[in-house]
This record gives sequence, structure tokens and C-alpha cells, in this order.
Amino acid sequence: MSTENPYLKMEGLTKTFGKVIANNNVNLQVNKGEVHALLGENGAGKSTLMNMLSGIYTPDSGSIFIGGNNVKFSSPKDAIDAGIGMIHQHFKLVDVFTAKENIILGQKQGGFFTNNKKMGQGIRELSQKYQLDIDPDKKVYDMSVGEKQTLEIFKVLYRGANILILDEPTAVLTPQETTKLFKIIKRMTEQDCAVIFISHKMSEVMEIADRITVLRKGQTIATLDKDKTNPKELTDLMVGKSVDLSIKRIETPKEEIALEVKNLSVLNEEKVQVLKGLNFNIRSGEILGVAGIAGSGQKELCESIAGLYPVHEGEIIFKGENLVGKKPAEIIAKGVTMSFVPEDRLGMGLVASMNIVDNLILKQYQAQKGFLINRKPAIAKAKEIVKRFDIQTPGIYHPIRDLSGGNIQKVLLGRELDSNPELLITAYPVRGLDINTCHKIYDLLNEEKKKGVAILFIAEDLDVLIELCDRIMVIWDGRVSGILDAEKATREEIGLLMVGEKSDKTEGAYAI
Amino acid sequence: MLTISFFSAAIIAGTPLLFATLGEILTQKTGNLNLGVEGMMLMGAVMGFLVGFHSGNPFLALLAAMLAGAMGAGIYALLTISLRANQEVSGLALTTFGTGFSSFLGQSLVGQVTPKSISNFFNPIAIPGLSKIPVIGPIFFNHDVFVYFGYLTAILLGIYLYKTQKGLNLRAVGENPGAADAASINVTLYKYVHILLGGALCGLGGAYLSLVYVPAWQENITAGRGWIAVALVIFAVWNPYRALFGAYLFGGLDIIGFRIQGTSIQVSQYLIDMLPYLVTIIVLVFVSFKKSQEHSPPKGLGKPYFREER
Repeated sequence: MSTENPYLKMEGLTKTFGKVIANNNVNLQVNKGEVHALLGENGAGKSTLMNMLSGIYTPDSGSIFIGGNNVKFSSPKDAIDAGIGMIHQHFKLVDVFTAKENIILGQKQGGFFTNNKKMGQGIRELSQKYQLDIDPDKKVYDMSVGEKQTLEIFKVLYRGANILILDEPTAVLTPQETTKLFKIIKRMTEQDCAVIFISHKMSEVMEIADRITVLRKGQTIATLDKDKTNPKELTDLMVGKSVDLSIKRIETPKEEIALEVKNLSVLNEEKVQVLKGLNFNIRSGEILGVAGIAGSGQKELCESIAGLYPVHEGEIIFKGENLVGKKPAEIIAKGVTMSFVPEDRLGMGLVASMNIVDNLILKQYQAQKGFLINRKPAIAKAKEIVKRFDIQTPGIYHPIRDLSGGNIQKVLLGRELDSNPELLITAYPVRGLDINTCHKIYDLLNEEKKKGVAILFIAEDLDVLIELCDRIMVIWDGRVSGILDAEKATREEIGLLMVGEKSDKTEGAYAI
Repeated sequence: MLTISFFSAAIIAGTPLLFATLGEILTQKTGNLNLGVEGMMLMGAVMGFLVGFHSGNPFLALLAAMLAGAMGAGIYALLTISLRANQEVSGLALTTFGTGFSSFLGQSLVGQVTPKSISNFFNPIAIPGLSKIPVIGPIFFNHDVFVYFGYLTAILLGIYLYKTQKGLNLRAVGENPGAADAASINVTLYKYVHILLGGALCGLGGAYLSLVYVPAWQENITAGRGWIAVALVIFAVWNPYRALFGAYLFGGLDIIGFRIQGTSIQVSQYLIDMLPYLVTIIVLVFVSFKKSQEHSPPKGLGKPYFREER
């Protein structure tokens, strides 16, 4: 692998948005046939850099060379013509179209009519070359996440891309789908493509990358060979100081059962059963992790405990009392809180255009008497939360929409923890956050655990679940497919359970 | 009452609706909801009549009507695409503007009749062979050229949308502009071109009213047909072929009142005027019950698109 003549060279790239310097003199060199990982915290400038490479942003200064030629992109089209293919985190697919229609979308050489034999043949040849399984006539809305991603990759290859940018491609995949994706990436590099791989997950970077470039605060910090580095060094470079990466599992005394869910079933609006007889329990001072493919019933589970979702059958017993049929306000008064961070982060729990104080009042105005709202206690709380959670904000009266994702999530979590709950339900609290902030949130959860709070923790990152939780419940298709002791659980085992494969080890772990 | 002459008249009454509906389908396929159909029809009606009245040339009249409709659509496109104004409000404003525009220009024309040279041009022409087919012939193939042009436009639009590369690109723009942009389709250009074309079709629908259907100038000549066209787009679930059927059905509902007056049945005119809207509501209920992915509005409908927004 020669580093003297890189296929893609980005030199001295600078991009500013108003006063914010997103990229400052960034350099990146990528060779043909290699997987090059880009690592960096939120706001390190990875997306800005890739958006310049894919023609979405125009750099203020600096140059991009492809195969030795200086290129200038003024639109995504220019970048595609130069062989750059970006696979976005949120798929750019038209749901009501078939795979084939999505592939030929925007193509010039197809002629006037779409029904064209040459195209069908091109698709077949390409799918053989890279061994990508594509059903050309399948509609996108019938596809699984993994299939959609394969189609995205195929689309980009069909347009003749030989530099592929994958922006956090594994965030939505099961471990098995991730393995499949990595095989596809390997095949692409064998065909002499260059792959740029952006991820937060250190284990994946170490598995797939040949070289790694670390960005921090808009600057290139270092480019390292995978074989000559380790996760610790990479994290330190990313954060800029030495970080303790281990997640501690605090040992707490075996306490009594706080929450017991028996045979819980719920129906959605179309009367389809989405939770199919769930049974589990959580002790005080225990973190029960929940793993599962997105949409397996996580949201419905959270909402039915919090009283927001009608329960069809079953019981939710909290401290000896059945919560089914109680109003959300009554459930909150008993010490149950829920924080659900949806994919868009703002969709639930907080109002984007309101400030921190008003968002706090949303949860506590009912406790007040009288017609008018007394804002003073909320103002004091807001100041306290900002201080305690180290929230970066221009002020407590600033609309939370303008805060960064991590800070918004801290406001949500801060509000929920502030009510001193006995049962904390938290779903995806670290969604989209960088390693440093993630660890702060794990520490917060551990603090609550120490206080004897029962915690239901729904998360995407299996490594974190294994390290942080006491037990892990895997749900699949609205059922519990297994409850594992976290200390003994493996990624593979959880992954299999996530797609509904039975494991013989699960029986004993459920025993309380 | 349900005679051949009734069905034949329903086709004629449905023709202005058909053009406006096709125009609005084309517009909505770009992901833009233009509620200014009534306004664009009125602009087309008055400009078509004005130019036709002074020139006596049917082609110039139709060209003027199309340009007027496209001009109205152009205002809307500028507001919603380039200036990112609210689509509903811009469309409603266009209707208000078009109404005023037609009243102002039409002031001196009120009561004037379409010149002979134009009404002769739009005399019914029986299509040899086809018009001899029993029942179907007299209903469908004994009309003026404008009606035939309506059939042709619907079929061509269907082929364009579902069989061509450009049509595929257009549908992608309306469904998911982000995906279209990533596939190197010029989203802004597609929106402008098709919204302008849609406006031109609406203008033609209006010109049919003033030049052929009435055929004279009268204030507010469209009488709410633009709104029926908006409803028809939903009725036709954004499909030009179904629009063909829907427009003639609604055309029939439009004239049924006159026909009933001639019989002994006593029904309030207001109840009959409600029929098209009632049918639309029933269709809406069915469409939302079925929840079919294929028969739902373009996903990007009503949402402005900026590339750099997340």
C-alpha cells in the first residue's frame, strides 16, 4: 500500500459557517483498495468534511485531488461524476419505488423510456460482481433495513463510484447485518474501491479499517495504521486527553422486586398485537437492559408502563400495585419516570421552541395550585440542572432547539432524574452522542442505581448493554426472546435472540 | 334522464375540470400543493377570451390562456420554491389574485360573445369510424377538438409519469426530494418546470369555459370549478387515467341539476351542488381506510425542500 500516491487527497480544507470554524486546514489521504476510518466526537468536523467531498458544501479554501487531478465540486452531481458515492445515514430511497426504479433514478444514459433491457442487464452484472443480493422488483417499503442499505450501496456503485463514504452505516443494523455489510465492504476494496468509514463504535473501526484518521475540533489530529494503534490511543486522540473507557457495573445488594410485568399485551391502532405477552421484572438498584431491533416493541413497552399506551391484557405491578388503567400523572406521582429519545431526538418529551424553564414546568405545573403558574421553583431547578449536568447553553431562557443534541438529551434526563424516581425508564439516552458524553450519561445511570432506583435501559449498543447492565432482556417481534445475565452474555448470543433465534442458555437466566 | 345526450354533455362539462385536474396532478407530483387552481383557471379564461375576442384566432387565444395560467403558477413557484413561503397560503393568495385579475381585465368584456371564427373552430367534429360505434361513438367521439385534446393530454401525461425516465425523476422529486437530489436530479428545476406546465393546463381549463362552454365572458366564470379540480386530484389518487374518469363523472354531477329541473323530481339545487364534494369526502374516507402505499399522496407534498437542512 503506497502512501506516496494516494488516490484521494484532500489538502488544507477549511470551511466556516459564520463565526464557527467547522473544518480548519484538514488533510486526508485515502488509497485505492483500503478502508479508511474517520473518527471524531460530535462536532469534530467529520460530516462537514464528507459533505465537501460529496459536493454538498463548497470549501472556503483548500483543494481536493482525485487520481492526481485537482477537482472542484459545485453540486452533488459533480461529485458523483468524479466517482464519489455517499451512503447517507438516513437512506436516500423513494419508498414507493422498486429497487430498480431507485437504481435508475436520475440516470441519463437510459433514454426516454424507463423500460429498458440494457439497464436490467447492467443491474444483474453488477450484482454478480459484488455479490449483492438485490430483488429489482421489490418495493422499498417492503425491505428490511439491511436490504435498504444494500440497495443504497448498489445504487452508488451503479453510478460508477469508486470512492465510497459510509456515514455511520451500522447504527441501524443487527450484528448479523453488520457482519454482512463488512463482507460487502471487503469485496469493494478487493475491486479496488476506496472506502471511507465513519463510525462512533470503536470495535467496528478496529475490525474493518486499514487506516484511521482522527479529527478533533475541526482539525486533523493524526492518521494511524490500524495495526500500530489501539482503542485507548485512538480515544485519547479523539477526546484530546486521557479518558477512562471502561464502563463500571456497580454491585448493589439484591433488593426486592420493584416492577413486575406479567403477560403484557398491547394492540396498535390497526389492532395488530405489538407486544405479545411480555413477562419480566426489575429489582430496586438494578439496571435491566433491553436489546432488540428497532421497532420490536420498545416504544410500546415504555409507553405502556408510563400509562401512555392502552394495555390490552396483562399486569404492570409496581411496588405491589397494578399500574394498568392509571393515568400518566398518577403513575408519575408514584415515582415512575420515562425518557425516550427518538431518532430525531426532539420528538418526545421536550418542546424545541421552549426554553429549559418552560420545559421543566411542563412536567410539574400540575403539582401547583391556583390558576397562574409560579415560575420561581422551576427557574431554580433549571439553574441547578444546568450546573449539575454541565449543560452548555447561552442561558436557561434560550430555546432548547439551539442546543447541541447531547445537551438537549441532558436536559431531558435531568428533568426526569430531578423528580427522584423509583423506576427510571430510559430509551436510547446516548443516541448520537460522542464517547465522552455517553460516559457521563452512563455515570448518571450508575448514580441512580446506587440510590436504589430500578432502571429499564433500552439501548442500541450491545457492548454497552453487556458492560453496564445487570441483566439483558432481548425482545423480538413483541416477545421476550431471552433474558440473559449480562456478565455471561455475548454479542453473538444477543444478536441471534434479536432476530428470534432461540438460545438454550436463556432458560436459567430468567430464574430470579 | 340518463340518455346519450346527457353523457355526451357530461364529457363537455368535465373537460375544463379534466385540464385543471391534470394540471394540479402534475403540480402535486412535484411535491407542491397549489391551491390556486381557481385563480389560474380564471386568469386563463380571461386572457384566452381577451386575446380571442380581439384577434379572432383560436390558437393565439389558447396560447394566451396557457401563458396566463403559467404566469399565475410562476408567481406561486417563485414564492414557494425560491422564497420558501407557505404553500397553502401562497396558493390561496393566487386564487384571490386570479379572481381580481380576471374581474379587472374582464370588466369591458362582460356580456361579449366568442367571435364566430373561434366558435366555428370548436364545432363538434365526428371522428370517422369511431363515432359510428353505438352508444360509445356519440358519447365520446362527436365533440370539439378541445375535448379530444383532453383525452390525449391525460394519456400522454400517464405515459410521461409512469413510463419515462423524466417521469420517474419527477415522481421521486415529489416523494423524496432528498433522494432525488442525491441521485443528481435538479429538484428546483423539476419543480419549476412542472408547476409552470401545470399552471398552463389549468389556464387551458379556464379557456374552455370562456371560449367554448359558455361561450361568452361573465364574471367569475369558473364558479368554484378550480376547487372541484383540487378535490378531483384526490378522487383520482394522483393518477391521470383515473382523472379522466373522475372529471367526466364530476362533469355529470355538475349538469345533473339542470337536467332534473326539466323533470318532475323536486330536489334543491344546493343539495345537488354538494354532490361533487360529498363524493370526494367518501373517496377520501376509502383512501385513508385502505392505507395503500401506492394510492397515497406524494410523501413530500406540502413540504419545502432545502438541501442543507437536516
